[in-house]
Amino acid sequence: MKFWLVLLLAFQCALPAYANEAMPLAEDPIVEKRLIGISQELRCLVCQNESLAGSRADLALDLRREIRTLIKDGKTDAEIMDFMVSRYGDFVLYRPPVKPVTWLLWFGPFALLIGAVVVLVRMVRQSQSNKHPPVMDATRRAKALALLQDTELPK
Amino acid sequence: MKKALIPLVIFAVLVVFLALGLTRDPSVVPSPLINKAAPTFVAPQLMTPDKQFAAKDMLGQVWLLNVWASWCVACRQEHPVLMEFAKTKTAPLIGLDYKDLPADGLKWLARFGDPYDVTVTDRDGRIGIDFGVYGVPETFLIDKAGMIRYKHIGPVTEEALRDTIVPLIRELQK
Repeated sequence: MKFWLVLLLAFQCALPAYANEAMPLAEDPIVEKRLIGISQELRCLVCQNESLAGSRADLALDLRREIRTLIKDGKTDAEIMDFMVSRYGDFVLYRPPVKPVTWLLWFGPFALLIGAVVVLVRMVRQSQSNKHPPVMDATRRAKALALLQDTELPK
Repeated sequence: MKKALIPLVIFAVLVVFLALGLTRDPSVVPSPLINKAAPTFVAPQLMTPDKQFAAKDMLGQVWLLNVWASWCVACRQEHPVLMEFAKTKTAPLIGLDYKDLPADGLKWLARFGDPYDVTVTDRDGRIGIDFGVYGVPETFLIDKAGMIRYKHIGPVTEEALRDTIVPLIRELQK
């Protein structure tokens, strides 16, 4: 029993040895900040639901390295985006540009919404015009009165 | 009567959209490089590292650039297809050993056979990035003027060669 306890303690002492000091993110925090800004707007093509900033895929590492080089070369954000789009297409952008091919994507939901509103307005109007004012002629009025006063109905 | 059909019509439209969606592979991203000039590159050859291969030397020829790696499992699947293709001598086949150790690439070719006229090394994947490679294997068909005419993503199959790639090569060779 004692042996096992000692062994357990020994292991516990050994554990922190596995942990390393956190690596400094980069030598240049300004470059790194821009890199994160840019890569958050870009899709990783290997794991398509991850941004280039968040992905640990090999290609994402390479592309981040590439973007870092471009930043150090003094390229603007727009130029870097162009670099990526010219190689991987609009698909890399999380916010695709508005152009004829993407009109459906950008305006489709609004078109659907307008369509739904039009249908709704029509339906409401139709049901309103269907309501005829109730006809109250003398006999019906008498009938109603009779019911209210709980008397015998006139024959 | 007409009103009763509206849900049916909406349903039918939905079915068409969903059915189309099912037939498409989300991992296949269309390349913007089709019908654009292929990126020029000069890189050492795998077999003879002191010799360089320049993409512009291929001008005037219709050729295939096959991106592969020894660590790529799907490349092994397409490899016999490429071996067969090489035998037909339809067009030069250039290999790009993507993000691979040259020693591993050489071992791979020695073990499974070498279908490539020339294999170029892309140790850090820089050439791959210029070609918009996002998964290996990928194969590019480049025409006489150095334009990318077709990109095949994933392992090249016999069907893809027979139905698409070879007919396109023949047409471009005219």
